[in-house]
Amino acid sequence: MIDKRVRDCAEALAGIEDGAVVLFGGFGMVGHPMMLIDGLIERGTHDITIVCNNAGTGTEGLPRLMELGRVRRIICSFPRTSDVFSRLFAAGKLELEIVPQGTLVERLRAAGAGIGGFYTRTGARTQLAQGKEERILNGEPHVFELPLHGDVALIEAWQADRWGNLTYRQSGRNFNPVMATAAKITVAQAHHIHELGEIDPEAIVTPGIFVDRVVQVPQTGAVA
Amino acid sequence: MNDRLDRQALAKRAAQDIPEGWYVNLGIGIPTAIADHVPAEREVIFHSENGILGMGPAPPKGEEQLWLINAGKQHVTLRPGGSFFSHADSFAMIRGGHLDLCVLGALEVAESGDLANWSKSANDTAPAVGGAMDLAVGAKRVWVLMEHTTKEGRSKLVKTCSYPLTAYAAVKRVYTNLAVLDVSARGFELVELQPGVSFDDLQARTDAPVYRLS
Repeated sequence: MIDKRVRDCAEALAGIEDGAVVLFGGFGMVGHPMMLIDGLIERGTHDITIVCNNAGTGTEGLPRLMELGRVRRIICSFPRTSDVFSRLFAAGKLELEIVPQGTLVERLRAAGAGIGGFYTRTGARTQLAQGKEERILNGEPHVFELPLHGDVALIEAWQADRWGNLTYRQSGRNFNPVMATAAKITVAQAHHIHELGEIDPEAIVTPGIFVDRVVQVPQTGAVA
Repeated sequence: MNDRLDRQALAKRAAQDIPEGWYVNLGIGIPTAIADHVPAEREVIFHSENGILGMGPAPPKGEEQLWLINAGKQHVTLRPGGSFFSHADSFAMIRGGHLDLCVLGALEVAESGDLANWSKSANDTAPAVGGAMDLAVGAKRVWVLMEHTTKEGRSKLVKTCSYPLTAYAAVKRVYTNLAVLDVSARGFELVELQPGVSFDDLQARTDAPVYRLS
């Protein structure tokens, strides 16, 4: 019997090694896997490369991971959401790669879809194109971008079943289904676990083939 | 002369130019206010980078839905007919030319339509680009809503951008507290002066030639 459900965060995060490239779902705090991040902090993993649209908010979650000195590098589109990031970056304690938001998600999509790279007009003739191949296509300059693979993806879903099929909630979908495809191991924290067959197949956004582990978020009532 | 920007008036002015049926992305800041000035009976569909079409206004206090935010991370609502999708689909809409319009704020707009709105220096202390570069190259039209001059009185309409570019030759129209201007092949063309502003005032405070439509 296939059963991707695990009991707790420790089991969900087993095997994540120091130096891992970790994809974190979410846009701001919505669809952001806070429980798994707390688990990662507890696990003590070091030398992490964060791939996430933002650098977290406030002091918990990703900012705490950074504050504890566990993060070497961050790849994101808009890190200016966290004072902790700004302070550590200014002090030279974090490496940063800024990627336009659409290029970030397309690099993840390419990684998950087995595409070796792509040309985009985004960023052409700007400083973010420096050092990258430029090619004129249809008369317009395009920038060549490489896929972005993760060792692990930590994502947040709304519903899940034991095969790892997932749905998302409202704007909580964002990067999550794309990141689910782009890592060697994908771990989902889900708010509701259903029996196999209970989730409408037409409503499943991430089929279980992309998901390795599912852990349930304790329901406090605040998220429904 | 309008020395200070009346945000709501400017948002209202831009809203007048958005016809029914357009799919529109509004940038963070002043552009967001445009949605409040499109009458409900005119069906304009608002897009948000984080995977929303048919975005509605902010909910009444106490009725916020935790999972429903816009690109500025503020709580919003969904109109009947609205939909949710992933970032990959959202940026396919953006880069793929499916949005009729994107309205952004700016640090500088050049007479060539070059846009600078994401960074003040090549050695920014905390650079952040978000979706601005994708929107600027992808939407069918890019309009800019901004103050005509900086706090120090320097023109934000320029011959050549001094700040790092977001995209080159991207901006089609600029709405400021002094005027509405189109960006054409020859440069800035006056569409309309704001009340109380003369052409000479406008030209004196614009660091590039302004052409009158003949």
